[in-house]
Amino acid sequence: MRYLPLSEEDRKDMLEAIGVSSIDELYCDVPDSVLLDKAVETLPTVRGEMEVDRAISAMAAKNTGANAVPSFLGAGLYHHHVPATVDYMIQRGEFLTSYTPYQPEVSQGTLQYLFEFQTQVAMLTGMDIANASMYDGATACAEAVLMANRVTKRNKAILSGGLHPHYRDVTRTHAHFNEFDVISAEPDVDNVEDLIDLIDDETSCVVVQTPSFFGHLNDYTKLGEACHAKKALLVVVFTEVLSLGALKTPGEMGADIVVGEGQSVGNALNFGGPTVGLFAVRKKYLRQMPGRVCGETVDADGRRGYVLTLSTREQHIRREKATSNICTNSGLCALAFNIHMTLLGEEGLTKLSALNHARACQVADKLAEIDGVDVLNETFFNEFTVRLNKSASAVIDRLAEKNVLAGVPVRRLYQDRPELDDLMLVAVTETATDEDIDALVAALKEELS
Amino acid sequence: MAIKYTEDHEWVLVEGNIATVGITDYAQNALGDIVFVETPDVGHSVDKGEDCAVVESVKTASDVFAPLTGEITEGNAALEDEPELVNSSPEGDGWFFKMSIGDEAELENLLDEAAYKEFCEGLD
Repeated sequence: MRYLPLSEEDRKDMLEAIGVSSIDELYCDVPDSVLLDKAVETLPTVRGEMEVDRAISAMAAKNTGANAVPSFLGAGLYHHHVPATVDYMIQRGEFLTSYTPYQPEVSQGTLQYLFEFQTQVAMLTGMDIANASMYDGATACAEAVLMANRVTKRNKAILSGGLHPHYRDVTRTHAHFNEFDVISAEPDVDNVEDLIDLIDDETSCVVVQTPSFFGHLNDYTKLGEACHAKKALLVVVFTEVLSLGALKTPGEMGADIVVGEGQSVGNALNFGGPTVGLFAVRKKYLRQMPGRVCGETVDADGRRGYVLTLSTREQHIRREKATSNICTNSGLCALAFNIHMTLLGEEGLTKLSALNHARACQVADKLAEIDGVDVLNETFFNEFTVRLNKSASAVIDRLAEKNVLAGVPVRRLYQDRPELDDLMLVAVTETATDEDIDALVAALKEELS
Repeated sequence: MAIKYTEDHEWVLVEGNIATVGITDYAQNALGDIVFVETPDVGHSVDKGEDCAVVESVKTASDVFAPLTGEITEGNAALEDEPELVNSSPEGDGWFFKMSIGDEAELENLLDEAAYKEFCEGLD
């Protein structure tokens, strides 16, 4: 793509076209007291390309990449191996440059991969229908609660103490502006579900996470039954989609809406985004689902074709009646998910999930032997919580200096909870080698002794 | 018992204090194959002209307006599974909702069959 800077003449033409004499006049509504009265000094004005390249590279080198050192970071985003094929395929011009398919008939390739993506998500979650992706897991969670409110015509959501704090916060923000109530249970490592007692006739849904934020596994079947007895919905959230390759699906547990983060498959950590939100529902709630759905059909000659369907309210005709403010999706991230999942296949996914779990068990066993480390989980998939005999943040910082990314301090996500200061989340994926695990164990032993 | 019409292509069958409302044959014909109907909740109070139901065809989604002021007394549950009733029997089994009539005077403003027919001819 060519770089086309604005010339003075271009600027003049544009200002003339909108009827102002200067850029400053555009900002006449902004009070003088908050306007900068000089140039931004921190940015150098003119530098050569080589110089810029060197400066940016030096800055980038200050980061410690999860792929460069032993990494046990998780807490919502996970470091996995993504086959080179994925990156190559998503960068093909046909995919990379095609934005949201507003003209479905000319975007058959885009529609086909979204249809395949939906199929994969529906199968993984054990649900009837999935949409063609959301921004990320946290916004998908908030949208699930909004949807439950629409379906039940009630206004109170109950959030488990095992729900990721970011997901809780995003849902609370939506609650603030959409005027519904959110009851959040206390953070709880074991995540014992005492949520049933909280369900009343005002409850639109109960939101739980599997595995929980702290890594614990629960069967939510009974909770689902309790929800349905009170005509509330069960919303099941996940942050590690790979867990669905090993565990009972949320659909089998009676979930009505299943949402989560698909970053683990096909997508990198990317400093926290972009990622891809997954959203699946029971068929009877299809019309209340946000986002778009791609369908498979045949044309007049019986040839297979793909179409955007059930999207009239979302964007094309009746935007004002849309079920959600989210009018687009994480298309390219969904494509990466689709390609990686296709490469894995059902068997590959099962094996990869088993490998993640086995590796995590290996690490948990080794950490349990260290003085000053207490593994708190009885059950987990590939992430678990440990209690250290020191502040977790301090230990993690010192291990990072030794090039071991030991985990995420729970306190980082629960800043108002000093009692959680000694807790650390440890995530173990297929990327952890025996050497990585040895490095973590040795560094922790040294730090805690 | 009399059938009345609106310029928004709703028909209104008045029986006592209850009006049954649907969309006209002209409307279903213009919309094409109906794939979904959302009927209003029972007990919902509506003002004349307020949008209170949705009809979706393969081509478009449209609002259905309350022809009168009143309260919804029943939605046609059969449309949930068989929205195509609107195509096959628009002014019979494909009715949308029933409502109480809050202001009988409003009935005067509705069109009779001949006037509606004339109105539709003017549209073609």
